[in-house]
Amino acid sequence: MTEQAYNFAYLDEQTKRMIRRAILKGVAVPGCQVPFASREMPMPYGWGTGGVQVTAACLTPEDRLKVIDQGADDTTNAVSIRSFFRRTAGIAVTEATAEATLIQTRHRIPEHPLTEDQILVYQVPIPEPLRFLEPREPETRKMHSLEEYGLMHVKLYEDIARHGAIATSYDYPVKVEGRYVMDPSPIPKFDNPKLSGCPALQLFGAGREQRIYALPPYTSVVSLDFDDHPFEPGKADHDCDLCGAGDSYLDEVIIDDAGSRMFVCSDTDFCRGRRAAGHVGRLGTPAGAAA
Amino acid sequence: MANPLTAETLGGGFDDAPVQSARAFRAALDAMARPGRIHVIAGARPPAPLSVAAGTLLLTLADGTTPVHLAGDIDCDALRGWITFHTAAPLVPAEAAVFAVGRWADLTPARRFAIGTPEYPDRAATLIVEMPVLQAEGPVLTGPGIRDRARLTLPDPEAFRANHALFPLGFDTFLTCGNRVAGLPRSTRVEDF
Repeated sequence: MTEQAYNFAYLDEQTKRMIRRAILKGVAVPGCQVPFASREMPMPYGWGTGGVQVTAACLTPEDRLKVIDQGADDTTNAVSIRSFFRRTAGIAVTEATAEATLIQTRHRIPEHPLTEDQILVYQVPIPEPLRFLEPREPETRKMHSLEEYGLMHVKLYEDIARHGAIATSYDYPVKVEGRYVMDPSPIPKFDNPKLSGCPALQLFGAGREQRIYALPPYTSVVSLDFDDHPFEPGKADHDCDLCGAGDSYLDEVIIDDAGSRMFVCSDTDFCRGRRAAGHVGRLGTPAGAAA
Repeated sequence: MANPLTAETLGGGFDDAPVQSARAFRAALDAMARPGRIHVIAGARPPAPLSVAAGTLLLTLADGTTPVHLAGDIDCDALRGWITFHTAAPLVPAEAAVFAVGRWADLTPARRFAIGTPEYPDRAATLIVEMPVLQAEGPVLTGPGIRDRARLTLPDPEAFRANHALFPLGFDTFLTCGNRVAGLPRSTRVEDF
């Protein structure tokens, strides 16, 4: 079968209209989960079927797509989704954050600041922030409608009672425009401050759970906390060992059998850009030198 | 069906639906995400008196699952036939509409339209209001999607203030004029002059 046998961006027009209507309602009510009739996609649930459907509904032939998985452009999930849209939509792709018009992401927000001309699409596994506290959907719907979020504060309080601090380090719940408590997808809480006041439009798609929600640009997003235990975006207390960046989110990598480790930027494009600009970390080699 | 199948009814649709509807949706999405910004949206050529922008929005968003309400002089044979042929959307009274199209005077009282339910605020109508002029001046808008403040020609600021007071319920609005569109979601606050 040829690539031309697919409709533009894979999905049929009826499906895209349905997804587009859900996206518009999600934008109109920031943080509110809008149900949509999620389709079977040619990839398993958990591989970003929600994000892929939102991306397919938004793409135009003029777009330049970037896909990241935990910050990296070169992992299986990112490579396969990028190649999926290159083949079914014929669009340009890039690894550079600044050049992309649409970025689909699994669990990171790029380090490079986003602009008004970009859309960030998140892959979401569990869109309901209250799901692990209340398994019944009709009940969580009612809790959202009544703004009954006390249970979430009890969970954070129990964290403090047990660990002395809020131990939630990713998937950290936020409140949108003082109304809806929202699951920001499993991004590290390091990324939470970037959700608020972002110039780019942020869209969230959960394929298995059949939900879409959105943050319009410049929306106020507050991470839940207490007066005496304020929210703290955390990261490993190191610099990147390749590029020396002290302000980026780091992955810890074990590099030998003796347990030696190195810390590297999770955002591969950011790290590559810094190394190209001449920054060298503890274990890095200067740009241009043989690897 | 009383409507004869004329060239006017059958023509005026998208020539390349997947690509034209994708571009039209991005304009509509950016309009709804950034209230006060005016975008060009085109592709459809509907019969008079419907504007290019309103016609393109309908072709992009409406189908057999979305009842449409036509108000005032939009509710004419030519447009009933055109919308039915191109979208298959059922034509319904205001109370049952997912999309409603017309001039503001014909759409009032706006309280008739679906505003969603507390559990499902998304089950609300989207109004497509045909405007005589559409400019970035007039009442001041603030809220999600607006960095500081925006201005937009509104037909009736008081009605949109009342709609925002219902948040998270309320209808959402596209304002159309010629081939231009602006968005006004229920989340937008309409400030006093």
